[in-house]
Amino acid sequence: MTSAKPKLGKDRAKLKTNRRFASFKSNAEFFLLCLPGLLYFFVFHYLPMGGILIAFKEYNYKLGIFGSKWIGLKNFEFFFLSQDAWRITRNTVGYSFLFMLTGMFSAVLVALLLNELKNKSLIKYYQTTMILPHFLSWVIVAFITFIMLNPAYGVLNKALISLGFEERQWYSEFKYWPPILTISNVWKHVGMSSVIYYSSLMGADKEMYEAATIDGAGRFKQAIYISIPFLVPIMTIMLILNLGNVFRGDFGLFYQVPRDIGALYPATDIIDTYVYRGLFSGSIGMASAVGFFQSFIGLFMVAVSNQIIRKINPENSLY
Amino acid sequence: MTKRKIKIDYRIGIHLFFIIFSLAFIIPFIYVLSISFSNDMDIKQYGYQFIPKTFDLGAYTYVFQNPEQLLSSYKITTFTSLVGTFCSVMIMALMAYPLSRSNFTYRKQVSFFVFFTMIFGGGLIPSYILITKYLRLGNTVWIYLFAGLANAWHIIIMRTFFQSLPSALVESAKMDGAGELKILFRIIMPLSKPVIATISLFILLQRWNDWATALVYINNKRLYTLQFLLQRILREAEFINTMMNEGMDNHLVGGMINIPTESIRFAMCVVAAGPMLIIFPFFQKYFVKGLTIGSVKG
Repeated sequence: MTSAKPKLGKDRAKLKTNRRFASFKSNAEFFLLCLPGLLYFFVFHYLPMGGILIAFKEYNYKLGIFGSKWIGLKNFEFFFLSQDAWRITRNTVGYSFLFMLTGMFSAVLVALLLNELKNKSLIKYYQTTMILPHFLSWVIVAFITFIMLNPAYGVLNKALISLGFEERQWYSEFKYWPPILTISNVWKHVGMSSVIYYSSLMGADKEMYEAATIDGAGRFKQAIYISIPFLVPIMTIMLILNLGNVFRGDFGLFYQVPRDIGALYPATDIIDTYVYRGLFSGSIGMASAVGFFQSFIGLFMVAVSNQIIRKINPENSLY
Repeated sequence: MTKRKIKIDYRIGIHLFFIIFSLAFIIPFIYVLSISFSNDMDIKQYGYQFIPKTFDLGAYTYVFQNPEQLLSSYKITTFTSLVGTFCSVMIMALMAYPLSRSNFTYRKQVSFFVFFTMIFGGGLIPSYILITKYLRLGNTVWIYLFAGLANAWHIIIMRTFFQSLPSALVESAKMDGAGELKILFRIIMPLSKPVIATISLFILLQRWNDWATALVYINNKRLYTLQFLLQRILREAEFINTMMNEGMDNHLVGGMINIPTESIRFAMCVVAAGPMLIIFPFFQKYFVKGLTIGSVKG
């Protein structure tokens, strides 16, 4: 009996080391599986994060990131004192809000209207046509806007002439571009984003509508008092999620559709296109200062929007 | 009776709206097709026509007689799309699986490491310097493979799906002595077909439509993706001229002055973008499903 006890303890110890070994082994195995991904994120995401310090240096290609000279806040000074700073910040943030509102309004409207219809195959047809642009790159969208806006052969100018109006120089006057960009953006996204609202309307309580009909509410009133309030939570989430990205613009839209034409910059230049141009036009310093500014404000905005979502609906928070 | 009539009427109004609205999504494609079948004389005289004045295959003749550039762009795009999508899905599944396992001790830390890339990044310029100067991937086909190889959001979606599978499956496989890699490929992946298919299609679409990588990192014409080729064709008539002259013998160049650049531009658009545009909508339901999968909390 006396000898059995220590033996048991020994077994226990052995079991413990076994267990520890097993957990070490499976952890090692897990790490091995993660390794390619970890390496990728380290090299292509974390190293550039360090490279963001280039904003405080006078970049020289030969000397590289480490060798280039520190110049403190010079790049930021140049940028914030230039007239570009206000322009690109205003455009980026302005279009973000404009697209947020027009995008949501059009998507909800389409979803509400589709919700009124019964004919399944026609609904399917409408949805499929509206989703088509989702599969296009901005380059193809730029082909389409070019067909419409080409000053000499374009559909819009030909139509204006045949209606007795004067033709317009779409690609040389920037005042036309806020609506053109907004329409292009809605055109590309309305189909896909209306799906979110339409499919959540499918889940609305049918009895509510029946009760409303008995009380004498028409379809319009039902949409206003039942459907829209039903969509409000998801609309709020979408808005706040977008809030995190107001300092980022869609490079494709702003680079491809206005064809990178200088005369249009007052209405089409955003932070992303400005940084891209800076990279290839030799003003890397200023562009990297803008990039720095964008990265940190972006981080701040995401944190703020997530904080708000956590308060409203923790289920949808990012972290 | 009258009430019923009103009900029908208002639906007809909505149908009418949608019929007109959906034309706004179809007419542009018809224009692209029509212009590609027009001849340049008509375009110069009447502008872009909804239906060609004279049906002309000239633009397509040029495109198919000088297919070198088009073919190499097709090759590059197909390669990066297929190989890239495969590699991406593999790497992301390999990473998502340990993150879905509760006995992975460093799960939290690795998750954060991945997740943080979603909310903060160095931006274009540091990446550009890293890739061209230090990694020397500029102007090589490999940049297509590495750009966007893994995506934090997709990893989170996969992890969430893996977590939803019954853990008893994994435990019983462990009892039988299977290693983690084997469990992932033999048990988890086959059960995760829907999410794998959706994410593969997302990546495939993204890679097929990629022009930005070529815009920033590629100078060599032979390495252009289809979409970037189209961008140059849309922007520069000069580019069309050199492209169409490439395959020609020198003595023929003299006769090549009147290249129908306007219609060639759109014929290229049809030939380069058309085939996949017909294929992708068939997978619409996966893309729609992806929206709802994406709303699952990470």
